[in-house]
Amino acid sequence: MTTNTETESVVRMKGVSKEFPGVLAVDSVDLDILPGEVHVVAGENGAGKSTLMKLLSQVERPSSGGIEVSGEDVEFRGPRHAQSLGVAMVHQEFALAPHLSVAENLFMGQEPGRFGFVNRRAEKEDAERLLRRVGLGVDSTRLISSLTVAEQQRIEIAKALAIDAKVVIMDEPTATLAEKEIEELFGIIRDLTSHGRAVLYISHRLDEIFRISDRVTVMRDGKVVDTLPTPELDEDKLVRLMVGREVENLYPKPEAEIGDVLLTVRGIGRGRKLVDCSFEVRAGEILGFAGLVGAGRTELARAVFGADRKDSGEVELEGKKLRIKKPQDAIDAGIGYLTEDRKGAGLALQLGVDQNITLASLPASFGFINLKEERRIAQRRREQLNIRTPSIRRKVQVLSGGNQQKVVVAKWLETKARVLLFDEPARGIDVGAKAEMFGLIGELAKEGRGIVLISSYLPELINMCDRILVMNEGRVAGVIGRGEFSEERIIALATGMEEAE
Amino acid sequence: MTDTTERRSLGTALRDRFSDAVSQLAAAGALFAVFIFLSFASPAFLTADNLFNIGSQTAVVAVIAIGVTLVIITAGIDLSVGSVAAFSGVMGVMMIVDFGLPVPLAIIGGTAVGATCGLVNGFLVSTAGLNPFIATLGMLSVARGLVYIFSDAQAVFGTPDSFRLLGQGVIAGGIPIPLVVLLTVGAIGFVVLSRTKLGRYSYAIGSNPEAARLSGIPVRRYLTIVYVISGALAGFGGMIAASRVNSGQPNFGVGLELDVIAAAVIGGASLFGGQGTVVGTLIGAFLIALIRNGSVLLGVDIFYQQVIIGVVIWIAVFWDQYRRRRLAASSE
Repeated sequence: MTTNTETESVVRMKGVSKEFPGVLAVDSVDLDILPGEVHVVAGENGAGKSTLMKLLSQVERPSSGGIEVSGEDVEFRGPRHAQSLGVAMVHQEFALAPHLSVAENLFMGQEPGRFGFVNRRAEKEDAERLLRRVGLGVDSTRLISSLTVAEQQRIEIAKALAIDAKVVIMDEPTATLAEKEIEELFGIIRDLTSHGRAVLYISHRLDEIFRISDRVTVMRDGKVVDTLPTPELDEDKLVRLMVGREVENLYPKPEAEIGDVLLTVRGIGRGRKLVDCSFEVRAGEILGFAGLVGAGRTELARAVFGADRKDSGEVELEGKKLRIKKPQDAIDAGIGYLTEDRKGAGLALQLGVDQNITLASLPASFGFINLKEERRIAQRRREQLNIRTPSIRRKVQVLSGGNQQKVVVAKWLETKARVLLFDEPARGIDVGAKAEMFGLIGELAKEGRGIVLISSYLPELINMCDRILVMNEGRVAGVIGRGEFSEERIIALATGMEEAE
Repeated sequence: MTDTTERRSLGTALRDRFSDAVSQLAAAGALFAVFIFLSFASPAFLTADNLFNIGSQTAVVAVIAIGVTLVIITAGIDLSVGSVAAFSGVMGVMMIVDFGLPVPLAIIGGTAVGATCGLVNGFLVSTAGLNPFIATLGMLSVARGLVYIFSDAQAVFGTPDSFRLLGQGVIAGGIPIPLVVLLTVGAIGFVVLSRTKLGRYSYAIGSNPEAARLSGIPVRRYLTIVYVISGALAGFGGMIAASRVNSGQPNFGVGLELDVIAAAVIGGASLFGGQGTVVGTLIGAFLIALIRNGSVLLGVDIFYQQVIIGVVIWIAVFWDQYRRRRLAASSE
């Protein structure tokens, strides 16, 4: 592939491995990065992408193997050393000090000036020069905390320019950006590469990979599967490389009988985030929520569930009007919400599997927990959902993502919920567990529950859903029936190119 | 083959069952070691008198520490317990001396004063949204100010002899009542934490407040209750302390919150929430008491006691964190 490029590589990784206790996160990886290229590292969650980047930026020390930057062997001495060699990292969660100014952040650790004093004027001038290069028209004295997420990301990129980076690593940079901001980011990336800098870009969003990359390295289970020039790839091939098998069986669509309307939502509004949103879900039906990041899908689910307040709108379950002011009201009525942020908002990580399963429906009388009953419930769900844990008392903290997700599902099944709102259920779990999770969702639909499935990944929706509701800027842009599913149609609605019917 | 998996799963089951107990085990081991050491080092140590004396002395700190443990489990902190104990103790004594309330009612009254302070803390944390550190730091100052105002900064005397019972009495031929009280409160605390909704929800809230809320747990209500309990136990502890000196002392309990938090932390409670037990806290409280008592018996300078206790806190927390990291890494 890149045999004749040894001399010109900016970065060469030679048989690099990283072992954590019990896990080989990165397994003898060889990787060449050329100046001026956008090199995407693609792979499922847990494939080792992020660890690989940490090795390159010297956040982690390799267990074995060597890294060369500009043809010279690199000794491990920490992130600062990596920066001085010209390796800059744009973190997914920005490493910025929110209460300091833009200029102070840009030169943190290498302030212009002498003897411990900071030359403020030089700092300001340099800062403004850098800001112009990333197309950011903000005053360098403003505080970071007053900037938007997209602006903060530009500051991170400007930081990379400040150290004159040869390689800029970007870890899923578009995850929190709106479509227009993504376009601008890609413009900046092209500007960087046209100046001979290499961009190492981590992503699992297929559309982006084809839009921006020159070459793609696919990782799976810590190993590099292949490195290919982008034009030699198509989506099917890329997915096959990423997951290691055919994709069709990833989404076992259930043959569920669709019954009466279970959940009716009318005219939900919340500020400018949600505007007059209505939909219904039938028994046995899987209704997908599609839309761009920030379109209001999660907000809509949370408003229905009572996790956030709503300004207007009503919710009916089986024709009965509900008064939902807090999550407990929704739970009592038979609605469950599985959050997209499993660790941050779905699980009590320090509690056991059993205690998490019963969290929303504790078997208790007069305030005393029936521990025997609790244990029985947990055992039953563990067997039913095939939760792999050595013991039901094991803290959920140490379970795999897929098993954690099953614990969350078990919790909601215990509440006897008739309607389940799944928010990105496949996020952060490995491929096998994904198929199992979708199989489980299908089973739940078969049992006559109504399912809402929120996903940012269209193949998930297209394969699993009976209908897909597409949101755009807080509104329901349209609802598409299974017969008319197509990615183009959904994207057109999601981006506002096509008006609702 | 089945045999080994069986055995292994039994092993992991035991480990999961007692994973929290292990950190207590270390503290208990330290407690035991200190106990043995003092038994040999000082002839005065291993006497019924001295041991009962330690029991009574520990009662105040330990009773209050049980309430604070509950707060720490919810990822909160209660810095106000020392001031609240003094305020409640003085108010309880004044109820007897100035209003002629019978002793048992005054003990309940003093406890209620503490509970009221806790209610304010609870409201500030759960509803006004103040950081627990700040809310209870304010109460630390407010309660101390109030006790000086109500008592004119003078100790309140004039309680009947029957008031001595709570802090100085003995039953069954020499067992100090404060020790019995402490064990009773400890037993109730143990049941509350391990068997009741209140206990479970406290762990859940401390572990992940958002997950608790989305699971339908009324987080605000339970947080408030937890601070009320902490305040009430501080008030009750204040009454025990007042009974021990048979008077209301407005200066009582300055810096007491540090001993109390130290006891909880040595016993395995995490200031990040979600972890802590009554047994652990009791062990922590007794360990501190033994170090104090032993220092006196061995003639160690009182300032060195402080140094020793500080070092014990470091070691306890360091060891606990080290163990948890290893546990987390090995079960991946």
